[in-house]
Amino acid sequence: MSVACTSDEMMTVAAARMLRNGAVCFVGIGLPSTAANLARLTHAPDAVLVYESGPIGAKPPVLPLSIGDGNLAETADTVVSTPEIFRYWLQGGRIDVGFLGAAQLDRFANINTTVVGSYKNPKVRLPGAGGAPEISSSAKEVLIIVKQTKRTFVEKLDFVTSVGFLSGGNSRELAGLPGNGPAAVITDLCILRPHPVSRELEVTSVHPGVNRESILKSTGWELRFAENCGETASPNSVELETLRDLKERTAAAHGVEGDAA
Amino acid sequence: MAEWVTLAEAIAANVHDGETVALEGFTHLIPFAAGHEIIRQQRRNLSLIRMTPDLIYDQLIGAGCAAKLTFSWGGNPGVGSLHRFRDAVENGWPGPLEIEERSHSDLANAYVAGAANLPFAVLRGYTGSDLPRVNDKIRSVTCPFTGELLAATPSVRPDVTVIHAQKADWKGNVLLWGILGVQKEAALAAKRAIVTVEERVRELNAPPNACILPSWVVTAVCEVPRGATPSYAHGYYDRDNVFYRAWDRISRDRDCFNAWIKANILETEDFAEYLQAVLQ
Repeated sequence: MSVACTSDEMMTVAAARMLRNGAVCFVGIGLPSTAANLARLTHAPDAVLVYESGPIGAKPPVLPLSIGDGNLAETADTVVSTPEIFRYWLQGGRIDVGFLGAAQLDRFANINTTVVGSYKNPKVRLPGAGGAPEISSSAKEVLIIVKQTKRTFVEKLDFVTSVGFLSGGNSRELAGLPGNGPAAVITDLCILRPHPVSRELEVTSVHPGVNRESILKSTGWELRFAENCGETASPNSVELETLRDLKERTAAAHGVEGDAA
Repeated sequence: MAEWVTLAEAIAANVHDGETVALEGFTHLIPFAAGHEIIRQQRRNLSLIRMTPDLIYDQLIGAGCAAKLTFSWGGNPGVGSLHRFRDAVENGWPGPLEIEERSHSDLANAYVAGAANLPFAVLRGYTGSDLPRVNDKIRSVTCPFTGELLAATPSVRPDVTVIHAQKADWKGNVLLWGILGVQKEAALAAKRAIVTVEERVRELNAPPNACILPSWVVTAVCEVPRGATPSYAHGYYDRDNVFYRAWDRISRDRDCFNAWIKANILETEDFAEYLQAVLQ
């Protein structure tokens, strides 16, 4: 049974569905953390959530506000140091899925989280790389969750912080990056996947109630729709109730929503 | 051997103008009391290193203590921007701030290299990223065995590292637990290490393999209860998320920020008095 929901809820649910049960997932804070925890609380109870602050197998009862909240450590299978997380677990090839956000994204799913404008004289100084450059290169695959607007989906990035498919085609393979790159980009309007040959993102699923025109208007390049592009299934009542419960618990615990960042 | 001293004495003796300083703690155990004391003693031209500058470096940068910042993620976690950091980078206020930007993986590896007394860190990273274009310290090295091209970056070797921990015994042996970040590596990579702790105890009673910094690698140890607030100390108090959100408003405007620093740091005697001031 499908239930009426907001576009943000649709985005989070669609992203959560991408995480298969048992996958070892390196989780960024904010939207990725919300989606990964929703997956863990619904169809993927055995997903292993790894946070860059050191918790491995975290099962937080409410969404963490920061990447190093105490409830991540308390519920983890083990807590290791930050160097160990990046050296043994990420670089060591133990991560199946890297779950990332983005400030800007281009047609090959390269990501900017560094600056808007020039690096030397930025219009907006963004937080920067964090763990993303190595997550995007070393995780076996990457999921990106981001709201789709003309400001985020740009023709050309102001700065390439973390790579997707570089200039497309086989350029990622030629660069020798260990992981396979982005498997999907999940937005509040649709799901995009890389074309198997050109590696350019194309829409493979449109969320219910969204028309193609509004997706095109929210994209800074000439976006293509896949031949077999379908419609995303609406959230079912379990998905939606679990998400809303999680957010309510989080708000009660922090006095703020966990993916406010 | 670590010397038990007051925080004011530890900073006066071990943090000097123009030095390279790392105050570490990954969301957890951020040494805020020590950061405040550096502001109170009005240190200048510091070269600051920290993976996540967080509010602690927003305060130091806005208060004019920093000439350079080496970092990998500069946001207010769960809230948004660090306004004083942004104002320094975007507008050069209160003075120009040189930045050396790296990734988390790089800086974590660079602390390990520093602790291991190596000149550089090696990692599989940065391929395709623009970061090496804007930071000429990010270079590459060819593996002599396989020919693989790897990223090479200078190790981090601070003049002084400051961390906060849960406990130290009367000899100055330090115990910390929970999310450990890079604190052990940062302390061992530095020429001098200052540790503030929640409490001074007779015995640590720690199990084998616990994260302990033996007294003889610590320069000064100071008892500063709640010394990590508004970050948290596992087993002692939670993160003050309300303050993290309030900081967005306090720090957005230069005058508001200056007034806050003056009233709460410059015009308080120590961290205990600061805690009373902010609680009022």
